[in-house]
Amino acid sequence: MVIKQQVKKYPEDEQWDMVIEPYNNIFDLKLKDVWQYRDLLWLLVRRDFVSFYKQTILGPLWFFIQPLLTTIMFTFVFGRLAGISTDGLPPALFYMAGITAWNYFADCLTKTSTVFKDNANIFGKVYFPRLIMPLSIVVSNLVRFGVQFLLFLVVMLYYGVKGTPFHPTWAIALFPIVVILMATLGLGAGMIISAMTTKYRDLAFLITFGIQLLMYATTVIYPLSAAPAKYKWLLVLNPMTALIETFRYGFLGRGSFSWVSLGYSCGVTFVLMIVGIIIFNKVEKNFVDTV
Amino acid sequence: MSVAIKVENLSKAYQLGEIGTGTISRDLERWIAKVRGKEDPFLKIGEANDRVVKGTSDVVWSLKDINFAIQQGDAVGIVGRNGAGKSTLLKILSRVTAPTTGKIKVKGRIASLLEVGTGFHPELTGRENIFLNGAIMGMRKYEIKNRFDEIVDFSGVERYIDTPVKRYSSGMYVRLAFAVAAYLESEILIVDEVLAVGDVEFQKKCLAKMGEVRQGQGRTVLFVSHNMAAIQKLCNTGIFLHNGQIALDGDIDKIIGKYLEAGSSVTHSVYEIPKPDTPDIAGFAYRLKIEDTNGNLINEIPVGKTWQVRVEFTLNKPVKHFIIALGIVNSAGVNLRTTWSNKADLEAGNYEAVFKEDQLLFAADTYHLTLGLSSYERAIHYVENVAAINISDAADSTLDPSIVRTSGVGVLLNPMNIDISLLQQKRQNLID
Repeated sequence: MVIKQQVKKYPEDEQWDMVIEPYNNIFDLKLKDVWQYRDLLWLLVRRDFVSFYKQTILGPLWFFIQPLLTTIMFTFVFGRLAGISTDGLPPALFYMAGITAWNYFADCLTKTSTVFKDNANIFGKVYFPRLIMPLSIVVSNLVRFGVQFLLFLVVMLYYGVKGTPFHPTWAIALFPIVVILMATLGLGAGMIISAMTTKYRDLAFLITFGIQLLMYATTVIYPLSAAPAKYKWLLVLNPMTALIETFRYGFLGRGSFSWVSLGYSCGVTFVLMIVGIIIFNKVEKNFVDTV
Repeated sequence: MSVAIKVENLSKAYQLGEIGTGTISRDLERWIAKVRGKEDPFLKIGEANDRVVKGTSDVVWSLKDINFAIQQGDAVGIVGRNGAGKSTLLKILSRVTAPTTGKIKVKGRIASLLEVGTGFHPELTGRENIFLNGAIMGMRKYEIKNRFDEIVDFSGVERYIDTPVKRYSSGMYVRLAFAVAAYLESEILIVDEVLAVGDVEFQKKCLAKMGEVRQGQGRTVLFVSHNMAAIQKLCNTGIFLHNGQIALDGDIDKIIGKYLEAGSSVTHSVYEIPKPDTPDIAGFAYRLKIEDTNGNLINEIPVGKTWQVRVEFTLNKPVKHFIIALGIVNSAGVNLRTTWSNKADLEAGNYEAVFKEDQLLFAADTYHLTLGLSSYERAIHYVENVAAINISDAADSTLDPSIVRTSGVGVLLNPMNIDISLLQQKRQNLID
């Protein structure tokens, strides 16, 4: 039976499983929901992974080819042609460390920043915790990062056998933290951008171009020690710099590591993540209407 | 029985027009109003959502102050014209978008099927997509695994299960997608018009499955469709939305009746026939009524119900060899039938003639009538397209149960006498 135009008073103790309201509590992450949908997270990661190399001959090999070619190109352009310092390290090793770490952050950021736009179709038809999508991006990029990192280790081994001097340091233990920070930073910044581009797409134009610029403002293709003093403050302000430097210092023993700059990166990451979550939460309920 | 869904003062406003440079100033204005604690200036001027009429404001209320409650185990049909707010309501219920104001309280898990195959990835195989799609709709992996064989079986695409779905025909795609949804474990199932695709056999299968979901498992079903026959078959109660508001709710038959009446602006039950301006006319018909065979005026005739046409006419002078005739033309413009009264000599005066249709079973369609009055087979008054009759898909209870479909199957539904007998004897001869 349907009761029309009358709001009956129900006893206070009436138990509802769910109440749909106009606004979210901004800090309510619905992590319980996310946990409930954890299988979806894995299936989405699998989908990204599998669909990446479907209908290709080389298949998963493409995961290796991309960073390999980039490294060769960088070695040629920046090492040979421009003659930029690599802190005394073999250029291939130096660039590969930078690219591997940077790619992970950059992929997380660019993919997350278009998550609403790219998935508008599916978001518009079915509910699942929206956070699953950016999370799946971070995780599936983690898989790619893992593959590229393996490649980096292989190159490291090659140079090790060859006897080229590099010394992994204790900071290698910070590796998991660095990865988490890179993922969180990409996720946080990406969520802010994605939330801001649901209504006005202007920022979306900036992002592909901005990420390129940001790479040059991070110590990917040159060491921090070789940066001109005039612009050094800019590099230090960039939270990614400390992460890349720590990564390099840990694995290759070169680079400027300091607890202060790592702590600063932590702080920035944390703030971006919180702001990202708040904005994402606010937007996720209604973005379908404006995207 | 307890309440499964309770909707309180639910409203949803949408902004019309394009979003671009102009909208940012408006957004600022709204934001300032919000900061100052004032009412949103743009919601205030929002108007009822009538798609046809051009409004003055950019904000429309797709839903406005909706209140209703749905009991557990009910199958609710939601009907209304395009743009009445049906899909908006379902979207809010399935949490795809949030209401502007108001609340919905829900008991139990909701599975919604606003579109079939949401999240299907063209590159993945049927098998992979079953898992992905199931997970998107909230199933755990082991749940899908347990039901995998049933899902494949229901979909009937077993042969293609390891082929990427981009190679599927659209029908197969829909079959697979609906099959996943059919095996969702939830207390509440929301289905938007998704059965429109797929062949008849599959549509029936889906409806049967939905009926089973409701009756067998006591789950609540919300169903949006323009197919009144499907709604009538499946639902026991309904909501009729009109311009974002509830026009009527309650028993499904009443809802369907009301909806068909409102939707069929072309058909009335009484037609006033304009008086011909021919001078010195011998006679003319002035009114035509469409009635059931008990003489009640009726707008919409369920397939199978007998009906009659009552024509009132005036003769200004005595007419000899008078015949009144009625023609029926279907929506495709095919003349189906003409029927003539016996010739008679009539005095001047007001008369009525009743044409009773109790032999032919017309399929669901809109039919147009042609009326003619004549004397010695020469027309006195002749009107084409004098009235329209709507025979609706929602079948009458007296309809012959052997009739499988009531529209798109030709013009007449009268069953033939069909004898089926065993041919064992002859077949054996053939084999020899």
